[in-house]
Amino acid sequence: MNFDDTPEEAAFRSKARDWISANAPRELHAGLSKLGFGQSDAGVGDPMQAAKQWQKKKQEGGWAALRWPREYGGAGASAIEQVIWQSEEGAYAKLGGAFTIGLGMCGPTLMTWGTEEDKRKRLPKLASGEEIWCQLFSEPIAGSDLAGIRTRAAPEGDEWVVNGQKIWTSGAKESDWGLLIARTDTGVAKHRGLTMFFLDMKSPGVEVRPIKQMNGDAHFNEVYFTDVRIPDAQRLGAVGQGWTVALTTLMNERMSIGGSMPTGFDELLNYAEEIETEHGRAINDPRVRSRLASYAVKATGLQYSAYRSISALSRGEEPGPENSIGKLVAGSMLQDVSRFALDLQGEYGLIIDEKLSPDNARFQRMLMRSPATRIEGGSDEILRNIIAERVLGLPADIRVDKDVAFDRIPTAASAGGR
Amino acid sequence: MQFDFSSEQKELQTSVRRFFTDNSPNSAARGVLESTAGHDESLWKKVGEQGFLAAAIPEAQGGVGAGYLELCVVAQEAGRALAALPTVSSIYQAAEFLMAVGTPEQQAKWLPRLASGEAIGTVAVTEAAGPLNPKAITTRVTNQRLTGTKLPVADGSAADFAIVAAKDEHSGISLFIAELAADGVERTPVETVDPSRKHARLDFDGAVVEPLGAPGEGLALIERIRDRAAVLTAFEQIGGAQAALDMARDYALQRFAFGRQIGSFQAIKHMLADMYVSLELARSNAYYGAWALSVDSDRLPAAAASARVAATQAYQLCAANNIQVHGGMGFTWEFDCHLHYRRSNYLALALGGPSHWEERLIESVRVNPALKAA
Repeated sequence: MNFDDTPEEAAFRSKARDWISANAPRELHAGLSKLGFGQSDAGVGDPMQAAKQWQKKKQEGGWAALRWPREYGGAGASAIEQVIWQSEEGAYAKLGGAFTIGLGMCGPTLMTWGTEEDKRKRLPKLASGEEIWCQLFSEPIAGSDLAGIRTRAAPEGDEWVVNGQKIWTSGAKESDWGLLIARTDTGVAKHRGLTMFFLDMKSPGVEVRPIKQMNGDAHFNEVYFTDVRIPDAQRLGAVGQGWTVALTTLMNERMSIGGSMPTGFDELLNYAEEIETEHGRAINDPRVRSRLASYAVKATGLQYSAYRSISALSRGEEPGPENSIGKLVAGSMLQDVSRFALDLQGEYGLIIDEKLSPDNARFQRMLMRSPATRIEGGSDEILRNIIAERVLGLPADIRVDKDVAFDRIPTAASAGGR
Repeated sequence: MQFDFSSEQKELQTSVRRFFTDNSPNSAARGVLESTAGHDESLWKKVGEQGFLAAAIPEAQGGVGAGYLELCVVAQEAGRALAALPTVSSIYQAAEFLMAVGTPEQQAKWLPRLASGEAIGTVAVTEAAGPLNPKAITTRVTNQRLTGTKLPVADGSAADFAIVAAKDEHSGISLFIAELAADGVERTPVETVDPSRKHARLDFDGAVVEPLGAPGEGLALIERIRDRAAVLTAFEQIGGAQAALDMARDYALQRFAFGRQIGSFQAIKHMLADMYVSLELARSNAYYGAWALSVDSDRLPAAAASARVAATQAYQLCAANNIQVHGGMGFTWEFDCHLHYRRSNYLALALGGPSHWEERLIESVRVNPALKAA
């Protein structure tokens, strides 16, 4: 049991460190370091331009899409090298938010299911940040029940014609390409009637509408499809195999989201050292210390669990469903930590104006963003189901829609509801 | 980075688990619980013969000299098996005190016998309700003779000697070794929440003792040894938590209500998922503690406290929810659920309770942030 780099890892780390210090946009470092969870303005000017510049530079230097093969724009690095890179990249990684979904989920899906030509054409541009991808999965009627989607793709010659609506699509506005799951057969059970495609987001009939979120940002979007035509060559996997393809995406989602979740603990600890209370600084108050200790063991528990996953990964083991705990723990912890920090601020904690609020409204922004963490990429409840069923071996839920043709599954409308 | 036990250590775990499965079924812990026996003597003898608990004692002192990671592996299996053994007293503490500050004579006299299980040592600190503090210690040593009362002392009836915290002519608290079969020592069993690990009241009336370690440095030394014992105890706790979770899962699969396995209800599934999450967080914290212990890291205080706080939370949650999943049957004497409930609450308080460790965690994290790996 050790945390030491092997000589090869140490060499990789120092190479990464040297390259970063020579190439990273140092003038942005302070703003990026301060940027808290749920805060969007790092003071970097045009964030998309800064993001694309950094991604392109990384790709030219051989540091982008580290684990992808070189012929697809990657660096052919190992899992452990990617982890080392992440720890060295530090705050600059916050520039890369727009590429997370493409690099973490869409790319790996294309890598597994795409043709050689697709991979050579699309992946290098994804790796270099030239093209941004989004994931067109959730629908108004199908979130946790993803296999219940209703967006239709109907065959017409060597094309598919798509009609329907997606929602909660991160970054759809900025995206060049989208990974789309659609229903191609309503007469079979729901998991069996799905097919996966990728499409040009500039295709006629695609309309993106930002959703104003409860925290005032508009990161998520609705995407409408009206007679959108997709060449059959852009189908991933067989017709009807979409669910299997989607599982590739979702498995990668688990790794890229669960790997390094913020929890708010470091920020809270620092803040407790600063804020004055009737007992002097908050850190001296036994009640505060007790709460901090409970948060601390969650934060370290997650971090050390990530080390265990990394160690397993470097031994060549697959990431398993046990990685679901990361987001499950971190999501509600962010919410808890932010409420506790506001409590320490007293009535002043109400202020979310970044110019007036202590610590740039860090905890207020966290409070207002954290509810989404508990829903996106698998809600707390779905994650608990995954742990219960796939880790602990408990029975799957009894499902009334199992083995029922999709068009016969009860809905609110068929039940005479709204 | 290789943040895991090695394949040799995992093989050791398999064989230790097999040993405890064969030699310490839950009925053995129950046997001790229901009798006046201090501990499972035949198991203790076998464990001694196997050398399991001597893993971290050097060969020169009669141990195996394998290391602390190996001892963590053994502790986890002992916890899982609910082993009714004086591990926390004799191995995680008494042996550690002797290795840390014992004279060559003290080490030679006791360590080989602790390693083989022929002798049992314990630690006698507590005298009154409330957390450990110098004011609460009234036991006194004058001219190498000890007078006062310690209560509760783990394995106090079975132990051959106790390391006693007392006042003497120096300022502060000093430590002494008291042989418990000697004159001037009276031992009375004390009823506790977990009689599978017995406790006693020790009344000293002029018992002859010898000093251990530097005079007046007792409390600092206790803290230092408790950090080490905390990691090992955390492994017993995660072993126990795993066993309680397994019991709950098995019962949820086997029990039917409303025409289906109760484990198919989300209320039960989610409860079990939360138990699993708590256990995994504790396991990861315990691994970090094991690493810090094995390399004598300056991060040990923070690592030990994290391991301890998380393991206490996990075992208490798993043991309590195991009863909940079993419903009314979980509350019977006949079912084994209460063995874990008892053990989880005993281990929570051994070495100082959760609030003590929370306090220690924040204190040491401020000095030495635990969130950084190495």
